[in-house]
Amino acid sequence: MIVLSVDIVKQLGEFTLAASFRSDGLVTGLFGNSGAGKTSIINMIAGLTELDRGRISLDGDILDDSTSHLHVPPHRRRIGYVFQDARLFPHLSVRQNLDYGRRMNGLNHDVSAERHTIDLLDIGHLLDRRSAQLSGGERQRVALGRALLAKPRLLLLDEPLGSLDEERKAEILPYFIRLRDEASVPMVFVSHDAGEMRRLATNVVMLKRGKVVAFGGIDLLTPAIQA
Amino acid sequence: MFDLSPEDWTAILLSLRVAAVATVVATPLGIAVAWLLARRDFWGKAALDALVYLPLVLPPVVTGYLLLLTFGRKGLVGAWLADTLGIVFAFRWTGAALACGVMSFPLLVRPIRLSIEAVDRKLEQAASTLGAAPWRVFLTVTLPLALPGIVAGMVLGFAKAIGEFGATITFVSNIPGETQTISALIYSLTQTPDGDPAALRLVIVSIAIAMAALIASEILARRATRRLHGY
Repeated sequence: MIVLSVDIVKQLGEFTLAASFRSDGLVTGLFGNSGAGKTSIINMIAGLTELDRGRISLDGDILDDSTSHLHVPPHRRRIGYVFQDARLFPHLSVRQNLDYGRRMNGLNHDVSAERHTIDLLDIGHLLDRRSAQLSGGERQRVALGRALLAKPRLLLLDEPLGSLDEERKAEILPYFIRLRDEASVPMVFVSHDAGEMRRLATNVVMLKRGKVVAFGGIDLLTPAIQA
Repeated sequence: MFDLSPEDWTAILLSLRVAAVATVVATPLGIAVAWLLARRDFWGKAALDALVYLPLVLPPVVTGYLLLLTFGRKGLVGAWLADTLGIVFAFRWTGAALACGVMSFPLLVRPIRLSIEAVDRKLEQAASTLGAAPWRVFLTVTLPLALPGIVAGMVLGFAKAIGEFGATITFVSNIPGETQTISALIYSLTQTPDGDPAALRLVIVSIAIAMAALIASEILARRATRRLHGY
């Protein structure tokens, strides 16, 4: 199993983020209220934000190390990211969006992976559309497919259901669960919703005001803690 | 009354060539400068910003004179270019293109800068997580999304270059067949007795070219926007 090790300090205005955890889980859930620092942490794992002090490594590869001033830029990390707001490229079709990561990483066409991903996410009928012609749930599925087809070593999911209503959430969550059960890529899943977390995560990192307050299995998410 | 003389045609074709060359050469530089101003923080950014807009606020005769001092045969850059590369600007149509390019640069850069600023940086971040190096993010995301602004900047720059007068006549004079653009010819005609009918004909031509450029930009921008968002 791939091991993600995070030990970071970052000053964000008045707020100090100082988090440390190690996870070899299939789906590591970052759980906490908004403002707990969840998104800041995965932005640092992705390399989009530089940390002040500390170290991030993935399976022994050091991605950030402040003592040796090492910072691997995002495009060399092979870490996929599904944003809350999908961020599909509006000038490209769904098909071109899906193909973007393959082109940028200089990978060969992998027809079976492409077909498999498109089937898994039920997006075959959307391939010739543009982002503007998709519903919120469809956009999120395409964003997930786009991240997967870049063949990442780790997939970051930032409240991927956050911008959807309850009905859409219920529609999308099974795709993520299917993806987890295929175990093809480890994930870090950010959410403030204990229900989603319980259904998807295998390990949970509980955050409060920029600190890790607990780490363990999903049994951490008891109703008492939610309240 | 609408018979254009060979002299008129020479001036019209020269104006089109000068403006086209000025726009085509200035556009890549304009995109680079617009990107720097929109996306990067560096020492001297305020100075670069001011320098780009300077031709807009300086009297054109001042810009023309500065070009003459710099790019004239005895000018620092002009003498060097003539000796090493054999490029001469003084009293040539290339000098007219240089003057038009400099004068239209602020109008070219501004819409491109605004459209690059309007490109959502979150899309650029998404591209980088998909493995795109910064230059590829620029080519595959930023540039296509800024396309309507680039078209608008090119058309504005072209229109300004077609109409440029003060800096051009100061720098490269008013030589028929070489540096006498439509504006310069109209100016000459208004200085000659009985020149009015000919000047008026060229005024109508100028208006026609300007209208055509504006309509073309409208169509191109609409088409680019539609292609961008896929409706």
